[in-house]
Amino acid sequence: MSAHKGLNLTLKVWRQKSQKEKGQMETYQVSDISPDSSFLEMMDILNEQLIEEGKEPVVFDHDCREGICGSCSMYINGEAHGPGRGITTCQLHMREFNNGDTIYIEPWRAKAFPVIKDLMVDRSAFDRVMAAGGFVSVNTSGNTQDANAIPIEKQKADEAFDAATCIGCGACVASCKNASAMLFVSAKVSQFALLPQGQVEAKERVQNMVKVMDEEGFGNCSNTGACEVECPKGISLDNIARMNREYLSASIKGE
Amino acid sequence: MTKLDSKIPQGPIADKWTNHKNNIKLVNPANKRLIDVIVVGTGLAGGSAAATLAELGYNVKAFCYQDSPRRAHSIAAQGGINAAKNYQGDGDSTYRLFYDTVKGGDYRSREANVYRLAEVSANIIDQCVAQGVPFARDYGGLLDNRSFGGVQVSRTFYAKGQTGQQLLLGCYSAMSRQIGKGKIKMYNRHEMLDLVIVNGKARGIIARNLVTGEVERHSAHAVVIASGGYGNVFFLSTNAMGSNVSAGWKVHKKGAFFANPCYTQIHPTCIPQHGDQQSKLTLMSESLRNDGRIWVPKKKEDAEAVRAGKLDPTNIAEEDRDYYLERRYPSFGNLVPRDVASRAAKERCDAGYGVGTNETGEAVYLDFSSAIMRYGQEEANVKGYHNASQTQIRELGEKVVEKKYGNLFQMYEKITADNPYKTPMKIYPAVHYTMGGVWVDYNLMTTIPGCYAIGEANFSDHGANRLGASALMQGLADGYFVLPYTIGDYLADDIRTGEISTDLPEFDEAEKAVKDRIDFFMNNKGSKSVDYFHKRLGKVMWNKVGMARNAQGLNEAIAEIKQIREEFWKDVKVPGSAEGINQELEKAGRVADFLELGELFARDALEREESCGGHFREEHSTEEGEAMRDDANYTYVSAWEYKGEPSDAVVHKEPLVYENIELKTRSYK
Repeated sequence: MSAHKGLNLTLKVWRQKSQKEKGQMETYQVSDISPDSSFLEMMDILNEQLIEEGKEPVVFDHDCREGICGSCSMYINGEAHGPGRGITTCQLHMREFNNGDTIYIEPWRAKAFPVIKDLMVDRSAFDRVMAAGGFVSVNTSGNTQDANAIPIEKQKADEAFDAATCIGCGACVASCKNASAMLFVSAKVSQFALLPQGQVEAKERVQNMVKVMDEEGFGNCSNTGACEVECPKGISLDNIARMNREYLSASIKGE
Repeated sequence: MTKLDSKIPQGPIADKWTNHKNNIKLVNPANKRLIDVIVVGTGLAGGSAAATLAELGYNVKAFCYQDSPRRAHSIAAQGGINAAKNYQGDGDSTYRLFYDTVKGGDYRSREANVYRLAEVSANIIDQCVAQGVPFARDYGGLLDNRSFGGVQVSRTFYAKGQTGQQLLLGCYSAMSRQIGKGKIKMYNRHEMLDLVIVNGKARGIIARNLVTGEVERHSAHAVVIASGGYGNVFFLSTNAMGSNVSAGWKVHKKGAFFANPCYTQIHPTCIPQHGDQQSKLTLMSESLRNDGRIWVPKKKEDAEAVRAGKLDPTNIAEEDRDYYLERRYPSFGNLVPRDVASRAAKERCDAGYGVGTNETGEAVYLDFSSAIMRYGQEEANVKGYHNASQTQIRELGEKVVEKKYGNLFQMYEKITADNPYKTPMKIYPAVHYTMGGVWVDYNLMTTIPGCYAIGEANFSDHGANRLGASALMQGLADGYFVLPYTIGDYLADDIRTGEISTDLPEFDEAEKAVKDRIDFFMNNKGSKSVDYFHKRLGKVMWNKVGMARNAQGLNEAIAEIKQIREEFWKDVKVPGSAEGINQELEKAGRVADFLELGELFARDALEREESCGGHFREEHSTEEGEAMRDDANYTYVSAWEYKGEPSDAVVHKEPLVYENIELKTRSYK
C-alpha cells in the first residue's frame, strides 16, 4: 500500500566479539527498507537476515523505542544518535536516508564506556556517579511534610524539570572529544540545586559526584558544546556553568 | 476452592489498612540486618520497594535485565499520577478515588485493595516532592493538576508528558542512595529464569548474567516479583521491547496462581502500524482527546479514496464526516473510557470506513481543526482583532494548540512525517497495559509463601479496565507504602533462620532445569528465528483474542497457539553461544513463556462468558454493540493453577464482595 519505494542500503557496522578482542567494521547490504521504518527496525531486519544466513546478529542496546529509556546508543555517520536533532537512535527514521546510501554504525567510544559486544557498551559508570550523590537523603516514611508546604517558583520548578529530563544515554560523552560527562552530571546537580529540597546536601553532593566522575575516567570539559548539540533531550550547557559555580562555592566553603 | 484466602482484614473499609498495620508483626531493626530480600524488576513498583526495604534495614538484592535500573519501562508513562489530595477543592476524597477506580475497573477489582490504594495515594505525592521530583507547578508555586478520562475531578499530578520518567528517576535516586551505602546489591543485565522453593517457601532465584552468560544462584528470605505486564504477548504493543512475562510465569509454574489473564487494556490513541516490518507501537497521550475530535468518512467511497491516496481528508465536507463517538456517546463524546473508544474505532474500521493509508489500512482521524479554530477565535477576541481572517484565526489557534500539546505533535510528526496542525492525525488502538497478573492476597503475597508480586505484575487493583494515571499510583503505592509493611509480617518468623545456603538440592535442581533449557535452545538447530514465532503468536492474539472476542475465534486461537508452540520447540533457531551476550537466546526464553501464557489467556477469555472492561465478548453485547456484564455469574476473580499444559490449568474463583459500592452498569451515553 505504501506509496514509498523501499531503500537499498550498504551498512558498515562495528563488530567486536568481546571487550578483550579487537573489533572491525563489517559490510552488509539491506534492501527494500520502508522509509517509514525506524532505524532500529532496519537493524532488526538486518539481524533477521543474518540469522537466516547462519551468522550472529548485531548486538545493540534498545528497549522502549520511544526515546525515553536511554538504552539505544548508536554512533551513526559520525554523530551520536545519527542525523537529526533532539532525537534518540530509536526515533530516527529511514526517510532521513536516500536509496543507495552507505551508513556507518559504531558504538559510543569513551574510555569510561568499554564496549561489551558490537554496538553495546558498559555505561555503569553513570550509575556509580549517581550512587555518589544523585539523590535527596529522605527516607520513605510517608510522614514527610505536605507536598504543598513549600511553594516553589514556577520558573525554578520548570528549570529543574528541564535538567531532570536527562535520559542518561551517554550521547554527551560519546560526542565530546574529551569524553567528558559534565553535561550528564551537571544536569542532576542542577535539578537538585534549583529546588529547596536539594539545598541541604548541595555541597557534599557536587563534591562527591564530581570526585567519582573523575575516578571513572571521564575527561575534562573544554567548553566545545558538542554535548549540547547532540543531546536528544536538549540539556543546556547552562547546567555545566551552574555545576561549576556549585563546585567552586562548595570547595571554598568546604575545607 | 479452599486454597484462595484473600486475607482481607475485618472492619469498616476506611479502617482496614490502619487496623491491619497495627496488628501485623514487626521485625526489629537489628534483625532486619539478618534478612535478605530479592526484588526482580526496578520499575516504579520494584524500584520503590527495593529502596524502601533497604532504608528499613533489610539486605536487598535487586535485579533488572536493562543496563541500569533507571531504564525500566515505567519511564515511558506520559500523562500523570492520580492522588486524592483535593488541592483543587473540587470535592475529591479518598472515597471518590476509590469509587472511580472500582467503577472504572467495571466492578471486577477487590474493594479493600483499591481503598488502600486511594488511601496511600496522597502520601506518594508528599514523598516524591520530598525526593525532588519536579512536578508541574502553577504561578503561585503550588502543585498543578489536570483531569483524566472517566472522572469528574482534577486529581492528576504531572510533569509535562514525562511523569513516568520523573517518578522513576525519583525511585532510581532513592535506590542509588542505598546502592551507595551497600544496602542494595544491584544486579544489572540479569534475568530471573526460575524461582527456588525450599520447604514450601520462596528462598531464591536462578538468574542469568546476560553479559557473561553465567547461570547464577541467589538466595533470600523472600522474593518480590515486580516485572511489569505481559502486553508483548501480542508482539506489537506500546511496551518496551524487552518487557516480558517470564518472572511472573516462572512463579506461576512453581505454584503461584495467575489471575484474570484476559484483562488487557487496548489504548485508543496510538500511532497506527505502518507495516509488517514494525517492531513496536507508540502511544499518543490520552490528554489529546480533550481537544481532538475522532471521525471517519460517512461514505464508504470516501474512505476507499482516502486509503488509495486519492482524497485528502481536509477536502471531506463537514456533513460527510462521522464523529462516531459523539454520535454514539453524546454525554461523554470523545472522552469515553479507553476500552469503549478502542472498540468503537475497531467497529468503524471493520465496517470498511478505516482511513489508514499505510500497509494495514486501519486508522481513524483525530482532528484538531475545530479546536484550532475555536482557540484562534478566542485569541482574536482577547486581542481585539475584530476582522481577523480565517487564516489569521487558524494561525492564532495553532499557537495555542502548540502550547498545550507541542511535544506530542512533534513526536507524531517525527514518526509519521505528517504535520498534524494541517492534516488530522491518524490513530488506532494498541495493546498498552495488562490488568491481569499474578494473584496476590491483601498482603500482596502470592499463593507461594514468601513470594510477593507488586505493580503491574499483580492483578489486584484495576479490575477489568484501568483508568488513566492510575498505573503509576499503584506501582508506587505497592512499593513505597504497602509491601514494606506487609512483608514484615511474614519475615518476622525468619529472624533466626540465618542466611539461606545456595548449596541446597533445591537450587541444584532449579539450576539444572534452567541450564537444560538453555542447552536445548543452543542445540536445537531449527530453521526459524524467534521473532518469526513471536509475530505469528501476536497475530493470533490480536485477531482472535484482541479488542473483540467470540467463542469460535477463541477456540481457534487456543488450537493455533498450541500449534505454534509445538512448531517453536521443534524449529526455533538460536544463533551464537550461551557464553556471553546473546540477545536471541534471551528472546527465545521469553517467547517460550508467552506461547504458554497466550493459550491460558485465550482460555480465560473463553470461560468468562460476559463482557467487562477490556474483555469484550461479542456474544455478550447489546444490539448497539455495548458491553453486557453478568454480575450474577461472574463477579469473581479467575485464578489459574498451573498443572502442566495450559489446557490442564485449573481455575479457582475468588468471589468479589461489594459492601461499599453498589454494582451498576457503566453508561457513557
